[in-house]
This record gives sequence, C-alpha cells and structure tokens, in this order.
Amino acid sequence: MQRVAVIDYGMGNLRSVSKALEAVGDNVEVEVTSDPEKILAASHVVFPGQGAIGACMAELKRLGLTDVIQTVAAHKPFLGICIGMQLLLSHSDENEGVHGLDIFTGNVRHFDLPAAEDGSHLKVPHMGWNEVHQTAEHPLWHDIEQDSRFYFVHSYFAVPDDVQVTAATTAYPDSFTSAIYRDNIFAVQFHPEKSHHAGLQLLSNFLNWDGQL
Amino acid sequence: MSLAKRIIPCLDVDNGRVVKGVQFVDIRDAGDPVEVAKRYNEQGADEITFLDIKATHDNRGTMVDVVEAVASQVFIPLTVGGGIRTVEDIRQMLNAGADKVGINSAAVSNPEFVRQATQKFGSQCIVVAIDAKCVSAEGEPKRWEIFTHGGRKPTGIDAIEWAKKMADFGAGEILLTSMDRDGTKSGFDLDLTRAVSDAVAVPVIASGGVGELQDLTDGVKIGRADAVLAASIFHFGEHTVQQAKQQMADQGIEVRL
Repeated sequence: MQRVAVIDYGMGNLRSVSKALEAVGDNVEVEVTSDPEKILAASHVVFPGQGAIGACMAELKRLGLTDVIQTVAAHKPFLGICIGMQLLLSHSDENEGVHGLDIFTGNVRHFDLPAAEDGSHLKVPHMGWNEVHQTAEHPLWHDIEQDSRFYFVHSYFAVPDDVQVTAATTAYPDSFTSAIYRDNIFAVQFHPEKSHHAGLQLLSNFLNWDGQL
Repeated sequence: MSLAKRIIPCLDVDNGRVVKGVQFVDIRDAGDPVEVAKRYNEQGADEITFLDIKATHDNRGTMVDVVEAVASQVFIPLTVGGGIRTVEDIRQMLNAGADKVGINSAAVSNPEFVRQATQKFGSQCIVVAIDAKCVSAEGEPKRWEIFTHGGRKPTGIDAIEWAKKMADFGAGEILLTSMDRDGTKSGFDLDLTRAVSDAVAVPVIASGGVGELQDLTDGVKIGRADAVLAASIFHFGEHTVQQAKQQMADQGIEVRL
C-alpha cells in the first residue's frame, strides 16, 4: 500500500489534491499533514501550494518543514505542484524577492506581456487549459498524449539554470518550463488534480512510481 | 497553439438542486448538481460555476454539501458564488472543495475585503463578480454602472473603473454580467465585455444573454473575453458544451476539445 503525505502548510486547496489521489489510487492512504514524522514515514510525498510565495516560504519555516522537505526530496518519489514547484528553485522575484529551497538552481519570474497593437493583450494570471509539451521521457508521462492540455493558474514561472531538468514546456506566448525533474523529483506548474483525464493519469503514474528513472 | 478559451457552464443552485428561472421555460428543476456537473465535465466543460441563488444561511449549508459531493467526483476547477461575505465563508467553500469563490455585493460594500481575501488565499481563487447595466443615454459614449443585490441596487460606480480597482486589489479574474442582457437570450453585451477586457490585465469571463452558440464565439472574438459563461442553453439539452466548443473551433478559436 502507498502512503501519500500531502504537505499541509496552510496554503491552498489541499482537499482537491487529496481527493484526486484517492480517486485514482486503488490501495492508497492519503494524509494531508504538517507532521514531520508522517511526512518522513510516507512512501510518496506531494508538495502543493497556492497563493503568495513569500507567505508560503514563511509558513514552511515557521512549521519547521524546510529540512523535512530537503530530506524527503533526496530519496522519496516527490511531486511538486504549482507553488510547490516554484519553491524548489533557488529564488523567486515574487514579493520583492524570496529565497526558495534551492533544490533546483534557477529563478522564478513574472510574465511580462505587452499589449498588442489592437489593444488586446494576453492576461496574467495565465489561467486555463494550455498544452504541455513533453521534452523528456519520464514515467510520469506514461499514457499521457504529447501536448495534452492541463489546467494552469499562475503569474510566475520557473526558469531553471540547467535546461536538462526540463520535462515539459508550455507557450504563453513564449515557451516556459512547465515541468521539471531530477532523480526522484518531478514538479509541475499546472494542476493535475484539476486537469481531468490527463491530470488524473499523471497522479496515477505518480502513485505507481518508485522514484527511479 | 496556446491557451484555450474556456467555456464555463453555470449552475444556479437552490436547496440542493439546480434550478433555472428563465421566464419562458416551465421546467424550473434542472436536476441534481452532481449529475449535472458530471455531465458537463464529460462534455468537456473547462470549469463549473455554482451560484447560490438565495444565499441564505440554510442554503449555504446545502451548498457546502453540494460542493463536497461534486469535488470528490469532478476534477476540473469549481467556482462558488452567492452570498460570500467573510473570510470564513471563503474558507468554508475552499475546504469543501471549491477552487475559487465569486465575490459580488461584499466587494462593493467593503472593497478592502477583496484585498484581505486575496492576501489570505491568493489571487488565483478570488473572482470578483460584477453586474453592470448600461446607463448612458442614446448618442452618448457608452457608460455602465454596477448594481448589487442581484441587480436590484444601483451603486453609482462606473463598471470599467470598478473592474480596474478590483484587479488592483488582487482579484484574479473578473466575472462580468450584463444586467441588460441577462435572461434575454440576445447575446452578450459585447461593447461592455470588450471595454472591461481591454481595461484590465486579469482574465474576464463574459456572462449574461447567451441564447445561441454564435453568442459564445462573439463573446471571445468581438468581446475579447477569456472565458464565456452560460446556463440555460446547456441545461435543457438544447446544446452540449462539446457542440459549443466545436462551433468556436470552426471559427478559429482555440479550445480544449
């Protein structure tokens, strides 16, 4: 049986994540928790997040979870979602600059989208269903069609220093990194828990993943 | 290829049932919210919005149950609006499984509430709902004012200025309803939609007046809406969400098929 810990640091709708994991897992126990013991004891760890990154990082520190995350991210199957992906980078420009967990070197930047000549413009947040172009083979892409649409809602995006960690890109309008990976870590900017078939397939793949490439 | 324009079916909920109070439709009961939401999800709806039409204390409790039931079976974004007045109301809906809440009257009576809400829960889950009515005389440049309490109460506030202010206060999205068109089936107020969409940096959902599929396309192409919301054309089997998307795709709009 898989025991999944969804890290709870008071940010975002964790119920969606846990409900989606329960829906796809046959024999899975999902716990939304901030208890270091439970996170360390889990077989799989999901690191979600919504809202402002400064507040997220402050809560992680206050709850003493940054070391716990570093520990589990070093060897357990680990899935970051949205801010949970951005927090894995070294730094974010949001909230006048925030230092992240530095598990992937790189920065998190704001979309800077000028208006077109006719006065129309792409909106920020980047909100809705966009195509995810898989740039690396990975067990988490199993049975997910190339360029499937996933649900996004974010104003900042990750810019990893090493392009080798990019698992997918998305265009808005320029291409940005929408998924990253290394060893046992996989992290996505979109919300698989809100992305219907493709999203549920990704979560199912995660539950079946042993963390090996 | 890039971001798809969204189609959002809206479910008016009263006493745990989907209802629709359109004048010329006798069938007021449009079904069980879970069944209706599942059907729309299978048809390819990009999100689903629930509107608590009474917004009373009792109805709120029922709404929480509805959201919980839907959220455990339908894995696309869910928005809940109607009577959201406090941080506690928002927390309750998010905990039940909603991804976003719509704030309308409470934003007008206390704009700071929107700022508080976005700081606490993040812009991504705060939708400010605006009910606007055209108030300019014929021949004048068009001007719209916002109304509250289901469109009954005038506020004297200019709709474009209000939309800008709400975006500045952190709203992640604007749900824009034309009171002139709502329930008329004569199409969106495209001038209003375009004026607001061009004025704010955040996505705008057009609402009010959809009578046929072409209205949805016009909302995106002419009104420059990022998403379109409709209720009655989907409820009674007139059209499916899939047909709506196909029609939009045929006219060159990027949709998720």
